[in-house]
Amino acid sequence: MKSKSHPLLGIHSLLLMVFIYVPIAFIVIYSFNSSRLAADWSGFTFDWYISLFDNRHVMEALSNSMIVAVTSTIVSTVLGTIAALSMRNLSRRMKSGMGGLLYLPIIIPDIIMGLSLLVLFNQMHIPLGKLTIIIAHITFSVSYVHVVVTTRLAGMGQQLEEAANDLGAGPWQTFRYVTLPQILPGIISGALIAFTLSLDDFMVSFFVSGPSSTTLPIYIYGQVKRGISPEINALCTILILVSVTLIFIAQFVLNRGKGQKKQSVLPF
Amino acid sequence: MKKSNLSVLPVIAWLVLFLVIPMLIVVGISFMGRDDLGNVVLDFNLESYSRFFDPLYLGIYWDTIELSVLTTVLCLLLSYPLAYYIANAGPRMQTWGLVLITIPFWINFLIRTYAWVLLLRTQGIVNNLLLDFGLIQEPLQMLYTKGAVLLGMVYTFIPFMVLPIYVALEQMDKKLLEAASDLGASGWKSFWHITLPQTKSGIMTGSVLVYVSTTGMFVVTDILGGSKSSMISNIIQSQFLGARNWPFGSALSVIFVITSLIMIALFNKAMTSKHMAAKEGR
Repeated sequence: MKSKSHPLLGIHSLLLMVFIYVPIAFIVIYSFNSSRLAADWSGFTFDWYISLFDNRHVMEALSNSMIVAVTSTIVSTVLGTIAALSMRNLSRRMKSGMGGLLYLPIIIPDIIMGLSLLVLFNQMHIPLGKLTIIIAHITFSVSYVHVVVTTRLAGMGQQLEEAANDLGAGPWQTFRYVTLPQILPGIISGALIAFTLSLDDFMVSFFVSGPSSTTLPIYIYGQVKRGISPEINALCTILILVSVTLIFIAQFVLNRGKGQKKQSVLPF
Repeated sequence: MKKSNLSVLPVIAWLVLFLVIPMLIVVGISFMGRDDLGNVVLDFNLESYSRFFDPLYLGIYWDTIELSVLTTVLCLLLSYPLAYYIANAGPRMQTWGLVLITIPFWINFLIRTYAWVLLLRTQGIVNNLLLDFGLIQEPLQMLYTKGAVLLGMVYTFIPFMVLPIYVALEQMDKKLLEAASDLGASGWKSFWHITLPQTKSGIMTGSVLVYVSTTGMFVVTDILGGSKSSMISNIIQSQFLGARNWPFGSALSVIFVITSLIMIALFNKAMTSKHMAAKEGR
């Protein structure tokens, strides 16, 4: 079918993959290294994971991150789903206008989004804290939820809804028993993506967090700036595991259901 | 139908309030002044913009563009062969290649940058290996150099380049390749005249993504470059969070966004004109 690739191409690809994964692998490996200072391997230990859970600052950052992620996920999933559903009935012009507005958060550089929100909160005299981080996270998550749910809706068609309508079901009944069950995988997967994005965000949160509400990425940034401690390796390892697991679940959920076109949570 | 039209309002309201209005305020502030305490005061002037033309900031802006362009070119050179390899591999390898190239997207870039600190610092893994093998006598200073920043940027953004190019390679018309080989074109020739032009859209998308993301990133410079190298985004960040000179920070942000938009427009124009030419030629 296709011409066979040159062997050099395979070697290049392999080396590039090694380049991408070796640094990450070192974080994971050194999170089990018993030495506090040296980069040399000096024995296997779980100590850093244990001391991580005794670290008051880490636990506080974790709880802040969870509160922010859960709240912003719920709100952005509801808003994004409503947007996806209601946009089907808009005129073509309204639709393209809305589409443009909803793509803005994906296109705008994080740094610009973060600082402009900082300016807004300052003008409105809203003190920086968990609330402002939550607002910021909802703002960028809404678009991703919207994209995922819209793709799912597009794959579903409207015949079943029309049939329900013809059989006398009200709008709410149609939504509850026909539309919702079909788009649920899209909603769940959108929510998981929103949750991951929130858990991972540093750039936007950095501007709107204020001194008292550190999230995990902001905590990591502070620690990295001060130097290296093996606890950070452990914390990073856990975060890597959580993000990657959530994304795989999102991918799996989205592709559940027979006869559906394969979909992807890839950013492209 | 009226009812569903109204249900779109909350999202519009949210995005206007927390996205559009804040950006307009930033544009507004970039034209304002400051009082003695550093607070923004209503006093229309172009001072912040004229300050940008200070050789110091122009120099930093030039360095930023240079680093961003260099990162983009290196990402492109490294990513194209990988994307090509994945696109032409068997279905199993293709799935695995895509999964492996996507995973870094979901690992925080802060963590991926930090990994390089672990590797590059004076008592880091690379230095220790080199010392152990007797290749060097003294640890090398690798962290806090321009090279480290470039390495970190390329490392962070390679996946942003691989995926769009892969998509373009997947979508290209493969019949043209068969035709070319039937007509006796060599592998290189058909790559140069058929594959490369047909994947231009992927190259453009990837380049714009990498360029804009590099320019807007202050973490990699901050962590791997230390205080030695700064980019426009480091200055913007410090103007907002450190120096509290919001008018100047805003002016720099506006300049940053406008240059990015111009870059995107130029890329787009280059792409569409080539597209038109190709269509007319047929």
